[in-house]
Amino acid sequence: MGQTVAASGAPGSLADPGAPGPGPAAAPGAPGRTSLTGFLRWLRQISGVIPFGIYVTLGLLAPMVAVAVGAFQTNGGSFTFSNIRAATHGVYLHGFWQSIILSVLSAVIPGILGLIIAYAIFTAKSGNILRQIVITAAGVFANFGGVPLAFLFIATLGSSGLISQWLTSLGFNPYNHGFTLYSLLGVIVVYLYFQIPLMVLVILPALEGLRPAWREAAENLGARSWAYWRFVGGPVLLPSFLGCVLLLFGSALSAYATAEALTNGTIPLTAIQIGSFLNGNVIAGQENIGKALGLGMVVIIAIAMVIYVALQRRSAKWLR
Amino acid sequence: MASVVAREAAGGIAPPRRRAPSSGVGAGTIFRWVVLIVTAVYFLLPLWAALRFAGISAFGSVIGESGFTSSLALSVRLAIITTVITIALMLPTTVYVHLRLPRLRRLMEGITILPIVIPPVVLIVGVLAIAPGFLKGTSLLLSLLYVILAMPFAYRALDAGLRALDLKTIVEASNSLGAGWLSTLWRVILPNLRTAMLSATVLTVAMVLGEFTMASLDLYQTFPVWIYVNSQTSGQVSVAASLLALFVTWVVLLIITMIGTRSSRKRGGGTVTLFTVARQETRGD
Repeated sequence: MGQTVAASGAPGSLADPGAPGPGPAAAPGAPGRTSLTGFLRWLRQISGVIPFGIYVTLGLLAPMVAVAVGAFQTNGGSFTFSNIRAATHGVYLHGFWQSIILSVLSAVIPGILGLIIAYAIFTAKSGNILRQIVITAAGVFANFGGVPLAFLFIATLGSSGLISQWLTSLGFNPYNHGFTLYSLLGVIVVYLYFQIPLMVLVILPALEGLRPAWREAAENLGARSWAYWRFVGGPVLLPSFLGCVLLLFGSALSAYATAEALTNGTIPLTAIQIGSFLNGNVIAGQENIGKALGLGMVVIIAIAMVIYVALQRRSAKWLR
Repeated sequence: MASVVAREAAGGIAPPRRRAPSSGVGAGTIFRWVVLIVTAVYFLLPLWAALRFAGISAFGSVIGESGFTSSLALSVRLAIITTVITIALMLPTTVYVHLRLPRLRRLMEGITILPIVIPPVVLIVGVLAIAPGFLKGTSLLLSLLYVILAMPFAYRALDAGLRALDLKTIVEASNSLGAGWLSTLWRVILPNLRTAMLSATVLTVAMVLGEFTMASLDLYQTFPVWIYVNSQTSGQVSVAASLLALFVTWVVLLIITMIGTRSSRKRGGGTVTLFTVARQETRGD
């Protein structure tokens, strides 16, 4: 091997026109030797993360590939677009729309409310006990969802819930006025319960990244509060705010348990529809439509995440 | 406007300016209290309503309900297995990355965030499509999946703990005293990571005990699935069981926040919020 390198190297150094030829020929030769030992060294270097790599490959990567491949397969395994076509038409298209409407509303509304609450804490003195309580409570409430949350709201705003009955006794039965907890609106009301605290937690660092010096500089230049928020605070905060809203969007889109327990799986959301394919509430032979729906969800989330990362980059310029 | 500014400038440290913020704080305080009280009502009302709806007697009958013991036992068993595998997998990996491959930290962060990003309902579809037959019939499959779901907060908790250490110096000191790799991990690194390990463990347990999506779609009656199934027979008992489940989870999470905050204060860091390590959707909602 060493001889090859020397031999092919010689003509390259002698003849100018030959240089481009033997050059590349020599290049694979030399790393050829080092690449084997280098590969072994590299393997030894990363040996500590190999179990983790295998686990992630089997438990995360392989299932996602299976979903992506299955979306384009018939039950027999041959290639088809029919699953994708089915997933983008009729009830399933409706499901996507409902999911997107639900996720947008339960991202924007808690986004704004969470910003207001975060601002209220932000203006409190740091070290304030109230502020500490709110932050801790937000951490606890943001981790709360699923079946217990659904039952909490059924007991509160369900058809025989406490608040519903109380309102009825006041002469206003919400269920006679188009409200039901088991609808899209009801699901949004329930989602607020964990989305608002989540927003408070993620937007607070961004608010705290606004340096007092900027405000003072703006005030020295004659800016009132409105002008400061319009020209300084707002523009700096906007990318973070939008990023946080996207985070809430993803969180609402992939939620399953709360909506399932609340509506008994009757609400036409994509996550619920995917679940029904596994529950077996679906005609045999169509299982791969569930995978096409799953692929659709992943695509939507991927788009949201790309925008999120771009926004984070932008906001990182100012806030650190 | 300009004249106001000029007068303020003439006044040296500008007493009028100082008065303006103080009147702003007055309005700010009212605004803050209104916002926080409205928020508190929204968050406490369902809890109070659920308590009234269930009634005190329902709490007693939760324990006697059929399926309660077996579902709780299954959830606890899953929690133990998941925690053991998660720690056994993530602790050596994270330590190794910190010591030998610090350049991979970004990549690790990216990989371990994926279980948050991918909807659990999609992941379980893929898993059930490819899982080998001998795993499908056992609850071990669920445990192995929960390890994936636990990765985001297990990694973040351990990563934060390791970042606070001068790992390289500690390990070099240990090696120069003649300790091997295993001995260093067990007797030097582990005791220094007690808080991080505790939060990783507690968050993993809380996640497993609350996870519904994968368990129900994999047809296992864990505790949350039992609450859901049982609601068809007794709504009150289910509400009571929900409150119990919540209460236990909250206490556990509160303890973690308090321990985390205290230990990070010792190191001069800020407060620890749960979001940094666990998010609602991670817990498989």
